Amino acid sequence: MTNPNNATITTVHTAEFTAGDALKIPTLRILRDDGSLYEGAVAPELDKATAIKMYDTMVFIRVLDERMLAAQRQGRISFYMQCLGEEATTVGSAAALAEQDMIMAQYREQGALRYRGFTLEQFMNQLFSNEKDLGKGRQMPVHYGSKDIYYMTISSPLGTQIPQASGYAYAQKLRGLANTTICYFGEGAASEGDFHAGLNMAAVHKAPVIFFCRNNGYAISTPASEQFVGDGIACRAVGYGMKALRVDGADILAVYQATKMARDHALKHNEPVLIESIAYRLGAHSSSDDPSGYRSKEEEEKWRQNDPIARFRLWLVEKGWLNDADDKATIEALRTEILDALKVAEKVAKPGIEHLISDVYAEPIPALQQQLDELKAHIRKYPDAYPVTAGRLD
Amino acid sequence: MAKMNMLQAINNALDLAMAKDDSVVCFGEDVGHFGGVFRATSKLQEKYGKARCFNTPLTEQGIAGFANGMAAQGMKPVAEIQFADYIFPAFDQIVNETAKFRYRSGNEFNVGGIVFRSPYGGGIAGGHYHSQSPEAYFAHTPGLKVVIPRDPYQAKGLLLASITCPDPVIFFEPKKLYRASTGEVPEEYYEIELGKAEVTQQGKDITVLAWGAQMEIVQKAVEMAEKDGISCEVIDLRSILPWDADTVAASVKKTGRLLINHEAPLTGGFAGEIAATIQKMCFLHLESPIERVCGMDTPYPLALEKEYVADHLKTYEAIKRSVNF
Repeated sequence: MTNPNNATITTVHTAEFTAGDALKIPTLRILRDDGSLYEGAVAPELDKATAIKMYDTMVFIRVLDERMLAAQRQGRISFYMQCLGEEATTVGSAAALAEQDMIMAQYREQGALRYRGFTLEQFMNQLFSNEKDLGKGRQMPVHYGSKDIYYMTISSPLGTQIPQASGYAYAQKLRGLANTTICYFGEGAASEGDFHAGLNMAAVHKAPVIFFCRNNGYAISTPASEQFVGDGIACRAVGYGMKALRVDGADILAVYQATKMARDHALKHNEPVLIESIAYRLGAHSSSDDPSGYRSKEEEEKWRQNDPIARFRLWLVEKGWLNDADDKATIEALRTEILDALKVAEKVAKPGIEHLISDVYAEPIPALQQQLDELKAHIRKYPDAYPVTAGRLD
Repeated sequence: MAKMNMLQAINNALDLAMAKDDSVVCFGEDVGHFGGVFRATSKLQEKYGKARCFNTPLTEQGIAGFANGMAAQGMKPVAEIQFADYIFPAFDQIVNETAKFRYRSGNEFNVGGIVFRSPYGGGIAGGHYHSQSPEAYFAHTPGLKVVIPRDPYQAKGLLLASITCPDPVIFFEPKKLYRASTGEVPEEYYEIELGKAEVTQQGKDITVLAWGAQMEIVQKAVEMAEKDGISCEVIDLRSILPWDADTVAASVKKTGRLLINHEAPLTGGFAGEIAATIQKMCFLHLESPIERVCGMDTPYPLALEKEYVADHLKTYEAIKRSVNF
């Protein structure tokens, strides 16, 4: 018989369940912890320049995270989120995309952002919400975005980018662009209604989008075991009639390979694809979180052995593309460079008062202009209470 | 000019917008081949193809999220939410995403191309899930524009202006008037400026303010009052956000009295916002307290709809109360 969708469906004549764990998605691993390849595995085609750029980006992000978490602890910035343990996930996937493929991220994808060319100064300006921040100092630290490098500005509400990515990719298709959209989210965000809405919309309307789930084991303190039942997120894609892949997210070669395949498929067939990447969130959820309250050191240590950077470094050294000694000097140089940039950015002025009302609408509506005028008059009366703007109201 | 009802005027506006600009795309539940449950998108799929006019799965948050993504890419999605009562699953996408897209990105990105069309309001025996007027929820959200037309001519001009507007617009259509309201409508393209109220009748004793389907209700009350010798100035607000306080204040300074009528419940309704602003702008001109004639603070009823609504008799009584204060 057929279903109402006119697809042929099989029939049975005695009742039997299909088990809830009947669908198990295999996980792609190419690179062993010692830097060698798994038997039967083939490394994706990567030229030296790309491989080194991927490595450098991971190292940069790790040092940036380390420095900026320290800066948060010193009270220099209000908030920070690291991606420790997940560097390969976002760098490997971004490296497999074209420069004009749209990236719609959640908040822990600084690896993809850096790979696209977001500068150290741009990171710092956003983190210090100064007047050079592309986002005009409106969002908490790590809510980056840049039109020039096709990286959609981060939004805090979880999962909202998922149906948006479907719409963005549909628009790319309508315009005849040979580009896809990649949409990152966590296994926690996959519990939001927007996950279902976005995947179903993309599947029905054939939007060339890559849904990239970073299953990192935790949503703040909630372990994956209290987030969903069963094999993972990848099997859900199959329920939407969508192709799925799962990768070891600490294996950058596997991530790169899977994303390349997903991109090719999405564009060739105008179909969404879902990738689930498994890499443990080694750091806290954010600078406001302390994992010691909900997980053990032993658990963290077990996953720390899966270091994505160390694994890739061994492969690069083995290929003769990287000299291990270089690395320590690079890291030291990066620390200095980041600290210097931080010192510059923290001294840059905050955005001017006009940016309280700009961009709410394309042009400020009359009521907003009036509210700003009243505010300026008030600040003139009490300049000491508003030191950021009092001296530069005109 | 041609005689059209409101649905025909809306359909005609969408047709002209899609013909004029390839980036205009219409979608929503049942919007495709069927042309929408009210037929506002009738024949658009036939004319512009399935890629530009299509059905969506039953997911309001999906429709709104999809629209946000398309608009961020630079297109002009005109997304239909089948009933305003069902807009709430999309509330997060509209309030946290659509409304803040430009602001939060420092204008790196925007979704100004969006129009969310949605039939709203009562008077069709729809009970509480086919009758609500949710404009005040959205009027509380900086970054959105909220527009409500009163007749076919207004619907076409305001909808076309909403589609070209560089900001996202929620366009609530009074479904009670879809077929009931008819009038002469130019067949060619025209826009009516957003954010401007219209004085539909000059008067000197009291200003009566409403929007959407309530315009014909207050008109009936005004005609009754005029038989008593009360001269009413009538204003259609048309845009709820931003709203034209200057036009309303100028009128109240002249008449000294204001009555605001809306379908939505009284408490937290948009009349409260208008009353607060106008009493400040016109304090020394007011000769009586500002009157609000609104729905009761209950869910929208079914069997007792007639008793519940802000009808012409309640409005007529409030006009007299204000004038005789």
